[in-house]
Amino acid sequence: MMFEKFGKISYVPNSKVAKFVEYLEEGKLTGTKCRKCGTLYVPPKADCVECLDDDMEWVELSGDCTLHTYTTIHASPAGFEDIAPYTLLVVDVKEGGRVMTWAEGIPEDELEIGMDLKLRVKTLDDGKLVYVAEKP
Amino acid sequence: MKVAIVGIGHSKFGRRDDATVQELSWESFKEAMLDSDLRQKDIDATVIGSSPEYHKQRSIPGVIAEYLGMNSQPTYLTEAACGSGSAAIRTAYSLIKAGLHDVVAVVGIQKMLELSTPEILALMGRVGDVQWESGFGITFPGYYALFARRHMHNYGTTEEQLAKVAVKAHHYGAMNPKAMFQKEITLEKALGSRPVASPLKLFDCCANADGSACVILAKEDLARKITDTPVWIEGIASASAPISVIRREYVDRIPSAIIAAKEAYKQAGVGPDDIDVADVHDCFTIAEIMAYENLGFCEIGEGGKLIDEEQTYIGGKIPVNVDGGLKAKGHPVGATGVSMTTEIVKQLRGDAGKRQVDGAEIGLTHNVGGIGQYCFVQILKR
Ligand SMILES: [Zn+2]
Repeated sequence: MMFEKFGKISYVPNSKVAKFVEYLEEGKLTGTKCRKCGTLYVPPKADCVECLDDDMEWVELSGDCTLHTYTTIHASPAGFEDIAPYTLLVVDVKEGGRVMTWAEGIPEDELEIGMDLKLRVKTLDDGKLVYVAEKP
Repeated sequence: MKVAIVGIGHSKFGRRDDATVQELSWESFKEAMLDSDLRQKDIDATVIGSSPEYHKQRSIPGVIAEYLGMNSQPTYLTEAACGSGSAAIRTAYSLIKAGLHDVVAVVGIQKMLELSTPEILALMGRVGDVQWESGFGITFPGYYALFARRHMHNYGTTEEQLAKVAVKAHHYGAMNPKAMFQKEITLEKALGSRPVASPLKLFDCCANADGSACVILAKEDLARKITDTPVWIEGIASASAPISVIRREYVDRIPSAIIAAKEAYKQAGVGPDDIDVADVHDCFTIAEIMAYENLGFCEIGEGGKLIDEEQTYIGGKIPVNVDGGLKAKGHPVGATGVSMTTEIVKQLRGDAGKRQVDGAEIGLTHNVGGIGQYCFVQILKR
């Protein structure tokens, strides 16, 4: 049940793209690319909605990204009380696609939509894996 | 063949520890029966709009149909998160249009406050895509905060403009005896409230509530016999969008709302300028600003200006949520869409009392499910 290692709280025990988490363990951030039509999926998908194929290859991402929007969560859900308030970002990944992530070491008032950021893999205290965005 | 709304009912919204799901359903159903002067034997089916995860009782149409005295007619649930009520109305409309039934009752119902705080907090964490987003601790207000932040960046929308939406909601909520909050608030109070998910503060967010609302739909010839004041469903559109904000092209608008609105206007043969009164899905103040834009009441990016100019008050260009909206009425998820329709029916009948929009002939409802993965737009005419 590889996928449950992903996220501070994981609601998903497994997925056809669980290899994403194996790559996180190696410090790599990945997406999938359809071998047939070339469509890139970030976050990864096991199935291509464009051409109905499922022959996907794993593509490593540079981590380069820009800030699309952000918020600081003060009223947190179950399992996040210990880190609140925390700042959530949606970033545009350079290679394509977007991800949700945490701001690492950047106070909210230093965030500016459009700014360059860099994603990297982070291992939490309990061994769970996430990616975070920091200033490059 | 047209379909009309011939009866409406609405429970008091708020903390309703005093009633079960089925007892709460009865309150609006009974009102709608008295309003239409119909009885159970005259109704061919019930469709229930609700989001099941809030209830201890599993599969609620069973207990509701039994309590309402609506056995042995068909009953089942329609679910589209916060859009469940409008989804149920659309299902009932389709049943009549298809010729399966002549008269159908829709009950939108939610008891949200029977859960414990830890249960609510756990549910709160699973509102979005649990695979790629929830693991970072995003919440329902958090998503709308992401929309708000981007909207502010793109168009210069301000926190003060957001707060003005809340002030308007409470202004009209104070005139609605069924609303959870019936007190006016000041701009200072809204702006000074505690942060929930920046830039959204407590007064930018609607409150969970318990409540039910009911509408009775009938086919054209019967509708004219049942009532002198049928309200006709002229447009009843719906659309979807990716639930994951990360898989959406824009996060400063609700794409499903834009598409559903366009389709509803086409069905009804009207445009945004023809709408006399609207009830929109203001789960958060930014949602109402986006609704102005997505429904075509103003251009994209000009929603803030519309509230600055008080154009969405009675007397303005397009009065919006003069029942108090989700913000002041409270938001019992499954009941909300049906509640919107009851308000527009009241307005078109001229029965809205102190909050009546004079001479309203065409009204609109806009009911968003979740963060826009579902959207429903109705256009009603008297
Ligand atoms: Zn493909």
